[in-house]
Amino acid sequence: MSARELIANDPTWLSLVKAVLVFALLLVITILLIWFERRVLGRMQQRPGPNRVGPFGLLQTVADALKLAFKEDIRPKLADNWVYFLAPAISAGAAFLAFSVIPLGGQVNLFGYQTSLQLADMPVSLLVVLACSSVGVYGIVLGGWSSGSPYPLLGALRSAAQVISYEIAMGLSFVAVILFAGSLSTGDIVDAQGQGGVWYAFLLPVSFVIYVISMVGETNRAPFDLAEAESELIGGYHTEYSSIKFAMFFLGEYVNMVTVSAVATTLFLGGWHAPFWLGGVGGGVLNTGWWPLLWFLLKVVFMLFIFVWLRGALPRMRYDQFMKLGWKVLVPVNLVWIVAVVAVRTMRNTGVGTAQLLTIIGIVVVVVLAIVLLLPNRPAASDVEEVPVTGGDHPLPPLDLEVPKVPKRKPVAAAPAPELSAEEEGVPDGRA
Amino acid sequence: MEYVPILLLFVLGFGFAVFSVTIAEVTGPRRFNKAKQEGYECGIEPSPQPVVGGGRMPVAYYLTAMLFILFDIEMVFLYPFAVTADALGVFGLVEIVLFIATVAFAYAYVWRRGGLDWN
Repeated sequence: MSARELIANDPTWLSLVKAVLVFALLLVITILLIWFERRVLGRMQQRPGPNRVGPFGLLQTVADALKLAFKEDIRPKLADNWVYFLAPAISAGAAFLAFSVIPLGGQVNLFGYQTSLQLADMPVSLLVVLACSSVGVYGIVLGGWSSGSPYPLLGALRSAAQVISYEIAMGLSFVAVILFAGSLSTGDIVDAQGQGGVWYAFLLPVSFVIYVISMVGETNRAPFDLAEAESELIGGYHTEYSSIKFAMFFLGEYVNMVTVSAVATTLFLGGWHAPFWLGGVGGGVLNTGWWPLLWFLLKVVFMLFIFVWLRGALPRMRYDQFMKLGWKVLVPVNLVWIVAVVAVRTMRNTGVGTAQLLTIIGIVVVVVLAIVLLLPNRPAASDVEEVPVTGGDHPLPPLDLEVPKVPKRKPVAAAPAPELSAEEEGVPDGRA
Repeated sequence: MEYVPILLLFVLGFGFAVFSVTIAEVTGPRRFNKAKQEGYECGIEPSPQPVVGGGRMPVAYYLTAMLFILFDIEMVFLYPFAVTADALGVFGLVEIVLFIATVAFAYAYVWRRGGLDWN
């Protein structure tokens, strides 16, 4: 039976148990993730990281959360009361949702029921993932807007533009996966990569790379954390938030990280299947029972490590460069890649042999190269930005203005200066 | 019925978040301070704002939102195609290339007009 049929047979109480388990799992992963991030970042910056609270500092996040709970809840005078109150809840609540369609494992026996380790699956699971990630934007935008303060508003606007831009790239990178799996259901996509199938990260590397880039943009993480760029926007959309409300935004961000990592695992890294060199061990015993949960978590941790690694290694991008990367690189590359994949697959299906296929690809590459080489070079854009020198109401100084050198003066010889103030004493050569 | 589990998780997650946000009003101390309730502007006195956020935003954000809708719709059309691509065969290939080319025209136009530039 497929995962979808198994899940459809779940009684409601079992669904509730699974929902509680998924919820608890997400909370625990989030708590450990924050610790993990700080420890790994610490190592990357040659310092120990948090190591005081609990063994290896494991309880640091719990301590921080408790501390935040007992901090004063400040509400700015200009804030819109209800929206200001609801925004963090939307941000955190929506973050949990997308995880419901992620398959954590295969068929298991849970309280006497044969079921699949997945909360929900439906023919449109991937759309649910995209929908939930879109709802999360509301929390950020409403939070920034309702604060009644300029910095949060700017942060929220940036964040909204950023998330929707990268959602395009993200959504388009799914298309090739759907094409190969022939289904939008996450369970089916994982099945298609198991048992003799290839992980789509190897089969569709371009899609995978685009997904990884856009998932970082989608979650507002460094080096794409322009929505909360400290050097420009203080804290971005949560500048005005304090206490648990701030913690909720924080929670939403980290749960989102876990979710996009889980989606990457599901779509590109074979989901809960054991790594292919272990798949054959003991007649595939590592792909049954509760083993899959281990592989799934390991793969998610691997993706999360990439997040931390990026944050430790790369400086923040400039906003215009960032949007340029999203719209002018990721989207066109994605579209061309989709067309190429569809074309190759259709030709394979219509019985075109490998040799013919390679010939056709070669011809296309040669033609494209020829066109690129034959195109006349555009005159190099001048880097000098045009600034109006005249016109307008204000007289502007010429841009090539040279500051005249200070003429040398002879030091005044032995001039008595009884009224020399403290400021003037430091000036050399008696220029004062 | 397939969506009931998602609803359950929604109730759990959103309930937890609302509970936490509500409890924050009770657990924290309250010490009144006029400056604390002003908007934060690096220590400068906040500029007075008529509506929340001043009511105005740079137009480039609206443009991005419009473009998002354009490409989101393209994406949504590509999904059902991808599911049935094998059944459609060559016909599907030709059709989808035409479709992507149509959107690419709009995309090239926007690019050319500087709609994708930020400064």
